[in-house]
Amino acid sequence: MTTGNAIVNVTINDIPVSVPKGSTLLDAAKKVNVYIPTLCYCPDVGCGVANKPASCRICLVEAEGIRRGRKVLVPACATPCSEGVKVWTNTARALKARRTVLELLLSDHPQNCLTCTRNQSCELQKLTAEFGIREVPYQGVQNEIEPDTSSAAIYRDPSKCIMCRRCETVCNRVQTVGALTGMGRGFNAKVATASMIPLAESSCTSCGQCVNVCPTGALTGVSSVDKVWAALHDPKKTVIVQTAPAVRVAIGQDFGFGSTAVTGKLVTALRKLGFDKVFDTDWSADLTVVEEAHELVERIKSGKNLPILTSCCPGWINFLEHHYPDLIDIPSSCKSPMMMFGAVAKTYYAEKAGLDPKDIVSVAIMPCQAKKYEAARPEFERNGIRDVDYVVTTRELISMLKLAGINLSLLDDDNYDSPLGESTGASVIFGTTGGVLEAALRTVYLHLNGKNLEGDAINFRAVRGLDGVKEASVEIAPGKVVRVAASSGLGNARKLLDMVRKDRNYYQAIEIMACPGGCINGGGQPFTHGDHSILERRAASLYADDAANTKRLSHENEAVKALYDEFLGEVGGHKAHDLLHTVYHEDNRV
Amino acid sequence: MCEKKESAAAVEKYAQLDAFVDTLSIDKFDERRKGYLIQVLHKAQHIFGYLPREVQVYVAKKLSIPESTVSGVVSFYNYFTTKPKGKYCINICLGTACYVKGSETVLREVERVLGIKADTHPTEDGLFSISSLRCVGACGLAPVLMVNEKVYGKVTPAKAVEIIEEYKLKG
Repeated sequence: MTTGNAIVNVTINDIPVSVPKGSTLLDAAKKVNVYIPTLCYCPDVGCGVANKPASCRICLVEAEGIRRGRKVLVPACATPCSEGVKVWTNTARALKARRTVLELLLSDHPQNCLTCTRNQSCELQKLTAEFGIREVPYQGVQNEIEPDTSSAAIYRDPSKCIMCRRCETVCNRVQTVGALTGMGRGFNAKVATASMIPLAESSCTSCGQCVNVCPTGALTGVSSVDKVWAALHDPKKTVIVQTAPAVRVAIGQDFGFGSTAVTGKLVTALRKLGFDKVFDTDWSADLTVVEEAHELVERIKSGKNLPILTSCCPGWINFLEHHYPDLIDIPSSCKSPMMMFGAVAKTYYAEKAGLDPKDIVSVAIMPCQAKKYEAARPEFERNGIRDVDYVVTTRELISMLKLAGINLSLLDDDNYDSPLGESTGASVIFGTTGGVLEAALRTVYLHLNGKNLEGDAINFRAVRGLDGVKEASVEIAPGKVVRVAASSGLGNARKLLDMVRKDRNYYQAIEIMACPGGCINGGGQPFTHGDHSILERRAASLYADDAANTKRLSHENEAVKALYDEFLGEVGGHKAHDLLHTVYHEDNRV
Repeated sequence: MCEKKESAAAVEKYAQLDAFVDTLSIDKFDERRKGYLIQVLHKAQHIFGYLPREVQVYVAKKLSIPESTVSGVVSFYNYFTTKPKGKYCINICLGTACYVKGSETVLREVERVLGIKADTHPTEDGLFSISSLRCVGACGLAPVLMVNEKVYGKVTPAKAVEIIEEYKLKG
C-alpha cells in the first residue's frame, strides 16, 4: 500500500498526526499514544505476518471524512488513513458500540474464568475488566463443542474460541501447515481441523504457535504439571530435571528480568521446587554437536545424503514426516538434545549414581509444545522405561514457581549439578535460529583442519539474526567451501525444502527450526503478544551468554568427553548409535 | 462381488476427475492454483454425487493445498454436500415465491412419504434423498420441485406424492 514517502495527515481525538500512506487508524493512534482496544488484531503472529481480519469490531472508532457527509464507525485496525480524516476514539457512540460488541462476544463465551488456564493472561478477560462489564445482558445460545483431547501437546477447547482467526493465520500463512481452518458459516462457524478430525490425526506438527497467539483459553498446552508435583512429592523417586537453552532467557520476563539470562537463579529455583538433580539440556546440546558434526563430516567426505538437515526440532521433524517423505533419509539421525539427555540419564547417569532407572523420573523444562509430543513418541523408550517422563513448558514452570511462592528476583545464583550440567557457549545458542548450525560448524572445522577455530573466526555471524532464511558460503577448510542455510518458521522451511527437492547438491547443511526465530519463540514460552523486539532481546542474551563463556566449542565439553571415555566409546560408534540416534517414519498427511 | 464392482466404479470416477484436473494444467508452485478449487469441487461433486473426506483429500493432493482448505470451502457453500444423495435427488424450492405458495407443506409431505428428513441421508433403498434450495428462477411455476435436473411446477402435496410414485416404478 505504501507508495514512496507519501504522508497523510489525520487527527486522532483532535491531535494532528502525520503517518506514511497505508498506515491504519490504529497505527496513527499509537503514534500519539492514544489507546484503542484490540482483540482479533495481532501485529505479528510470526515472520512479520499481521492478523487483522477486522472480525471482532472491538476497535471501532468514530471517524469523519471516510464517507461523505457523515460520521461513521470503522474498525481502527483495518481502516487506512486518508487525508484529513478526523477520528474520535471515545465518543458516546464509539464506546457504546464497543461495549455491545464485547457483550455479544461474552454472550457466547463460557463464564468459568476462575478455573481457566488463561485466567489472568486472557485478552478477552482483560478487556472485560477494562470495560467494567458487571453482567452479560445477552443470554443467547451457547456454542457447545466438545474439547479435542487427542493431541499429546495441544488442547483445543473450541467453546472458548472467539473466531479471531489468529491461529488459522499462523498455521496457514506463517507455518504453511494448514491443520486449522474456518469451517461452516454464521453462528455455526468455527475454527477446526479438516472434516473435524481429531487434531492428532491432522497435519498438525504440535509447534504450538497457535497456542502462543490465542487470546483466550481455546488453545492451550497439555499439562503434566500435576504429575511432576506428584513425582516431586514421592520420596521413592529421584527426580532429575534438564533445562533447554531458550528457557533461561525467557522465564525472567515474569519476574522483572525482561529477556536477560537468569540461568543461575533458574537452577536455584528448581532445587527449591524439590528436584534432586538439576541438569542442563545445554550439556546434551554439546553432545548433539559432537555426534552431528561427525555425521556431517562423514557425509561431506563421501558426498552422500547431502544436504544434512538438523534434527533437534520435533515440530520440524513432524513437518518432514508429513510433507517431505521423499527427503526422509537426509536429516541427521541424531536425536534431539532433550532425547539424548533422556537416553543418557537413564543409562550412563543411573549407572554412575547407582540408581535403578525405574526410580528416576526425568523432567524436561522446554520452551516448546512439540517436545511433549516428542517425549511421547513410541521409539523413545527402553525396557518399558520412558527416556523422558514429563515435559514442562517455560510458562508451566512459571506457574509451578508461583504456586510454591518462589520469586526468581529474590534468589541467588547457583550452578548445575555434575556430570550432565557442564556446557559450552556453543550449546546455549541452540535456543535461537542459526545456533545449531553455528555450533556444528565450529566442531566441523576441527575435524577438517585438525585445529580449533581461533579469535573472531569462531563467530559465524552470517547465520545469526531473526530473518526467516539465512544462507552463507563458508570456507570450512582451505579450498573447501560449504553452502549452508538456516531457516525458522515452517513456511520458510518449505521454501528451502522445495529448493532441495529440485537440487540436492546446492546446500550441504541446513538447520531448520519450526518456530519463527527458533526456540526463543517456542510454543511454551512467555507470551510476546506480537512484540518482535522481545525475540531480538532473547536472541541477544543467548549470544552474549555464548561470548561470555570461556569454552565455546562443544567438543571441549569435559563431561561430554567423559561420557565417551567411560561409557560410549567412539563418537559415531555402535553404542553411540544405539543411544543417541533415531529413525524417521513416513507419515503422509495433507 | 458387489464391493468389487463398486471399487471399479470408484476408480473410474477418480480417473474422470483426474482427466478434468489435467485439463487445467495446474502448476504446484503457482499460488494461483488455489483459484481452481471451487471449479474442481464442482466437477468432483458432479462425478461422485457428494464430497466425502476421501474425495476432499484427493482434491487437496491434486492441487497441493491443505485438506483443511478444501474442507473449509466445502463446509462454507450450501451447494457442496458431504453426504451421499439418492439416485433421485428431490429438491424443493423454499425461495420467497415458492414459500408463500406453500412449498413448505410440499416438503413436509415428501419427508413424510419417504420417511427421511431433508439434507440428511437417502432412503434405505438409495433411491431418494431430499434437499431444499433457494429459487431456481422459475417463480411463475411456484411452488417448484425438482427431481435431479427435471423441473416440476405448481406442485401440491398430492402431486408430489404422484411424482414420487412415478420414480419408484422406474426404480
